[in-house]
Amino acid sequence: MGALQSSPGRPEYSDLAEKTGFSFEQIGVLHKRFKQLSHNEETLRRDHFNEIDDLAFNPIRAQIIEAFFDRRNFHQNGEGKVQEIGFEEFVVVMSHFRPPSAHMTEEQRGKTRREKLRFLFNMHDTDNDGIITLEEYRHVVEELLSRSGTLEKETAKCIADAAMLEVASISVGHMEPDEFYEGITFEHFLKLLERFEIESRMIIRFLNMDTTTLCK
Amino acid sequence: MILILLHGSRGEIPSKPIAATILPSVKPNDGVQTYAEDQKNNLPVFTMNYPRIQIPFEITLWVLLASFAKIGFHVYHKITIWVPESCLLISIGLIVGAIMHSVHEEPPAVLTSNVFFLYMLPLIVLESGYFMPTRPFFENIGTVFWFAVVGTLWNSIGIGISLFAICQIPAFGVQDINLQENLLFSAIISAVDPVAVLNVFEDVSVNEQLYIVVFGECLFNDAVTVVLYNMFSFVAEMPVVEPVDVFIGVARFFIVGLGGMAFGILFGFVAAFTTRFTSKVREIEPLFVFMYSYLAYLVAELFAISSIMAIITCALTMKYYVEENVSQRSCTTIRHVIKMLASISETLIFFFLGVVTITTDHEWNWGYILFTLLFAFVWRGLGILVLTQIINPFRTIPFNMKDQFGLAYGGLRGAVSFALAFTLPDTIGRKQLFVTATIAVILFTVFLQGISIRPLIEFINVRRTNRNLETINVEIHCRLMEHTMAGIEDLCGQWSRFYWKDKFMKFNNRILRKILIRDSRAESSIVALYKKLELQNAMEILDTASGDIKLLMIKKFLAADLRNIHDILSKNMYKIRERTVAYRGKHALPNDSQTREILIRRHATIRRSLRPRSCQSSVSYLAQFICIILINYLFCWERGLGFSVHPRDDHETLSEVAYPSQRSRFGKPARSSSSKAMIPLHRLGTLEEVPSTDVLNEESSSTGEGVFRTNSSYSDSRVPRPRRLNSSFDDNNSSVDDLRNVHEEDGVEQVGQRQPSSPAPGWEAESRETTARNPLLRRPQWNPKKK
Repeated sequence: MGALQSSPGRPEYSDLAEKTGFSFEQIGVLHKRFKQLSHNEETLRRDHFNEIDDLAFNPIRAQIIEAFFDRRNFHQNGEGKVQEIGFEEFVVVMSHFRPPSAHMTEEQRGKTRREKLRFLFNMHDTDNDGIITLEEYRHVVEELLSRSGTLEKETAKCIADAAMLEVASISVGHMEPDEFYEGITFEHFLKLLERFEIESRMIIRFLNMDTTTLCK
Repeated sequence: MILILLHGSRGEIPSKPIAATILPSVKPNDGVQTYAEDQKNNLPVFTMNYPRIQIPFEITLWVLLASFAKIGFHVYHKITIWVPESCLLISIGLIVGAIMHSVHEEPPAVLTSNVFFLYMLPLIVLESGYFMPTRPFFENIGTVFWFAVVGTLWNSIGIGISLFAICQIPAFGVQDINLQENLLFSAIISAVDPVAVLNVFEDVSVNEQLYIVVFGECLFNDAVTVVLYNMFSFVAEMPVVEPVDVFIGVARFFIVGLGGMAFGILFGFVAAFTTRFTSKVREIEPLFVFMYSYLAYLVAELFAISSIMAIITCALTMKYYVEENVSQRSCTTIRHVIKMLASISETLIFFFLGVVTITTDHEWNWGYILFTLLFAFVWRGLGILVLTQIINPFRTIPFNMKDQFGLAYGGLRGAVSFALAFTLPDTIGRKQLFVTATIAVILFTVFLQGISIRPLIEFINVRRTNRNLETINVEIHCRLMEHTMAGIEDLCGQWSRFYWKDKFMKFNNRILRKILIRDSRAESSIVALYKKLELQNAMEILDTASGDIKLLMIKKFLAADLRNIHDILSKNMYKIRERTVAYRGKHALPNDSQTREILIRRHATIRRSLRPRSCQSSVSYLAQFICIILINYLFCWERGLGFSVHPRDDHETLSEVAYPSQRSRFGKPARSSSSKAMIPLHRLGTLEEVPSTDVLNEESSSTGEGVFRTNSSYSDSRVPRPRRLNSSFDDNNSSVDDLRNVHEEDGVEQVGQRQPSSPAPGWEAESRETTARNPLLRRPQWNPKKK
């Protein structure tokens, strides 16, 4: 049950396990899912993701899917997007949601936190310039609220603007009259969410059962 | 100064007049009647008939006394920090009990089993259930139930058995207590009531998990205790206990618990459904909440299933939907009344505890009582330790040792234990011993642990949490993260709570809300939070700005207009505030067109009122207030942005509003960031209705500007221009809801420049206005802006 069945040999996994911090079982589970999603091909493409029905209701599915094809999330300091990903990249992206191990030093905790926040940041920062501009933020908020019946873009914009103001006031404090707030840099982002307990919420829990038959 | 009534059961004739006092002792008395006998049978000029009012009178006096005590505590603020309120109440009770005892008086026999279970307990539990923070509760629901159910069972069985073992020792002289009675007693003792601890936790802001586990445990183990109590008291009367009885007991336990929940949910939904139709009978809306909860409780009592579970689940289910259906006032009323009743109930119980401590005959048995204390501690500590070890692997944030210490040390006993002990059936031979032991445990834990927990918690530095993350950013990112997690979970097929939560919310929005809520437009929590913050900010402005705004425009208001404006304003501020109360639901935005229309109409009113007439009413604070509200609420959304109003072909932007608010904002950077997030909610229709091709002095703009200009003219120099976010900010200003934003990007580039392009007081423009004086009777005429 949930064990490694007909999976590639251990050495490959151990490599991945070291790199991403998942355990063998977890990698096995992910591999199964990968194969299921990609219909047993070697790589995943965007349309494979689009086939997942459950994901269709998610307001930010586009961003989530894009995140998987974003080189910045591959921990290789790359940039830009790819068209298809292999299992390794899949696992690497998933490693952002790794459950915390029992004994983590403060430093490791800080590191994982930064990683997770970086992931979120990359999700917003679609043009890869390292800054979330107002437009991008607006886009995000609109998407987020897009599930409402009568979305009024204006409200979404207002909210996004309010949020930007807030960030500006938190990170920059008092601004001179003709200063121009470019956008949220990663540092500002960190500062903004410094009290948000992301490391305990943004994790995946691996169930002990084989869910491949259940999920579509 | 303290006139005490001396009478009663000893038959003494009162020699002092009956008077209400600060510390009255409440005495039953019939001694007064003797007065009447001495008189002839004429028409009595002055009679007193105490027995008639005796019971309500006494109850009232007791409640009043306890409330005075509460007032008294807060005189010196430091007391309440160091000494929990329950300690203080018990102390007052002790004092009163001492007084009563010294005059040989009996406390009124108010605390009977029925009174407690039917009147007092439901109130306490309703309050806990209603104010339970739902989100952390559901996230930690497994842990809560684990500790509440298994923990209480562990405690009661452990203590019971060890006490039974102690009883076997002849030295203590309690050999007549059999196992069932011991178990009964231990069930009573194991009811944890950490009210004091919760207050400390809140003050210290311990991490959410710890708080919610303690809170939930307290709540649900009341249910468990009562069930165990009933079970054991039934069993205690049976001569022989067989294994099958134990099995039946377990089965009954589950039926009781789950049945209670089912009843609660049923009643909760019915209540929610009822409130859907109460829009015409707002005054009795709170009544429904109370009646249905109480009904749930009573019906559960009828079937002898767990009434506490019933009332809690009823409150939980009901709260969400009811708060969206009822008016703001009813909502506030409900909350306040629940708090008040629960407070009375709890106060009375503690008070009574103090009194009874002194006045009853105690049966003291050193061995039994000391061992009870010891076992209570030991088993609780052990229990927490073991249980945490078992459940930690299932938790995302495991409890560390400090948390466990907090949990274990927070195991105070309280009101429920006392009431249960006091209302033991008299068939239990050693009832007095039990009562004494219970009182001893309660006093010990409440005083010792209650007072010492605060320094201890601070000393060991339990993991804290940060409260009040009421910033829009955090809310947005929280949502985003949840969606992301739900998506990822869907993606990799590992469902967890996000998935279930998502599914539930979908179900909720699709089905439940439609049935149970009157206008089931879900409001995204982000939008609601945003509105709430806006409103808060407007209120803050009011507080700070009153002195500064010059009242030039106010003089223009006429009395009639003033009243009308005030009416409309109050109705609509009320309405808007209503929406921000309950902000749940993820996906939808409200349909604001009606509100907007009202805002628009209001604005038109102002427009017409601001005419250069001599003011017939003196400048009143009322007018000022209204004006400020108007200004803030209708116009000033762009405080932070530094754009000016200058009519242009396509856009109009608001002037940079040099408001005192800005001054205060920049002057107090320590203010919460939420107050800085002031961005326009909507741009009002009328402002743009002025086609810029018209002369600038079209009323609305000039009115708006006039208002602003006057402000900016004098406070200009002192306020640094706020930052300019982005050129596209202007887009906010130029669109109305039904007009889509056409020019996303072509913002006004030279924003931030103050353009005094219009004459400062635009009053002369009003001469063009020919409408009647009372604008409220007529719809304002404007040209719909074509963009």
